[in-house]
Amino acid sequence: MQFAVLQFPASNCDQDCVHAVRVAGHSASLVWHKETTLGGADAVIVPGGFSYGDYLRCGAIARFSPVMQAVKAFAEAGGLVLGICNGFQILCEAGLLPGALIRNRDLQFHCEQVFLRTANPATPFTSRIPAGRILRIPIAHGEGCYFADDATLSRLQARGQVLWQYADARGEVTEAANPNGSLLNIAGIANEAFNVAGLMPHPDRASEDVLGSTDGRWIFESMVAALEDRRRAVA
Amino acid sequence: MKAKIIITPKKAVLDPQGKTVQGALAHMGYEGIGAVHVGKYIEIELQPGAAPADAEARLHEACRRFLSNPVIEDYKLEVIA
Repeated sequence: MQFAVLQFPASNCDQDCVHAVRVAGHSASLVWHKETTLGGADAVIVPGGFSYGDYLRCGAIARFSPVMQAVKAFAEAGGLVLGICNGFQILCEAGLLPGALIRNRDLQFHCEQVFLRTANPATPFTSRIPAGRILRIPIAHGEGCYFADDATLSRLQARGQVLWQYADARGEVTEAANPNGSLLNIAGIANEAFNVAGLMPHPDRASEDVLGSTDGRWIFESMVAALEDRRRAVA
Repeated sequence: MKAKIIITPKKAVLDPQGKTVQGALAHMGYEGIGAVHVGKYIEIELQPGAAPADAEARLHEACRRFLSNPVIEDYKLEVIA
């Protein structure tokens, strides 16, 4: 499978994502923000960083870049898109995911390992996560507090669009395990069609033994499995 | 002609900056301090010749699409001749 990893000025996890995909045995190529096509990729990763300096708001400027118009068209056609950290913020700003990410409630930048409970295991981004497995994946952000209005939150819950929640090591979703004040401990969500997802934690930084965790790989593997299923369905 | 835009967090949105500033003001001994909201101020200089009504309509659009995020923020726009 071929992943396109977007590259904005001040993206800083683009190479990490390419590496994570390649060590998992798949191919990945970087796509510069001025490109207007995705080069025939099977899936898109919007990586972490501080796109365009995150001036005005995180992701606010990146969403208007030429490559994001291609990503929107790709997503509307059903293509798989995963936003990580700044990538999640960009997808929310672009309206591809509901809600917004605001300043952490304690105003601090959090760079630490967190535990994630998978709230919906039956999606293209979670299907390969072993049942009940609590993921250990790092976060590194100052603006990761997920916010949406009550109606949106109810819809997200009712439709199973909440994919991951911050939890403790046993998988209990507690206030103490919430690093940033996110409503409902939300760490990651999907759109209604379940082909676009975003999360603040970095699966790209938890994809090799040397990094201390390989739990992030399940997310990439889930995407690959979903793409393989689609190919089989077409064939 | 210029435009003054004030962007503030919506009341329902957690505003840790506002809360922290409120706490600091109280700590410094300023009395009677209620809720504090920290936002942004944007000043845009407009080139001469633009019709004010036209400019205002376009700026409202820019505020909704880009300068503010309606999910979390409110804005006020004022165009001054």
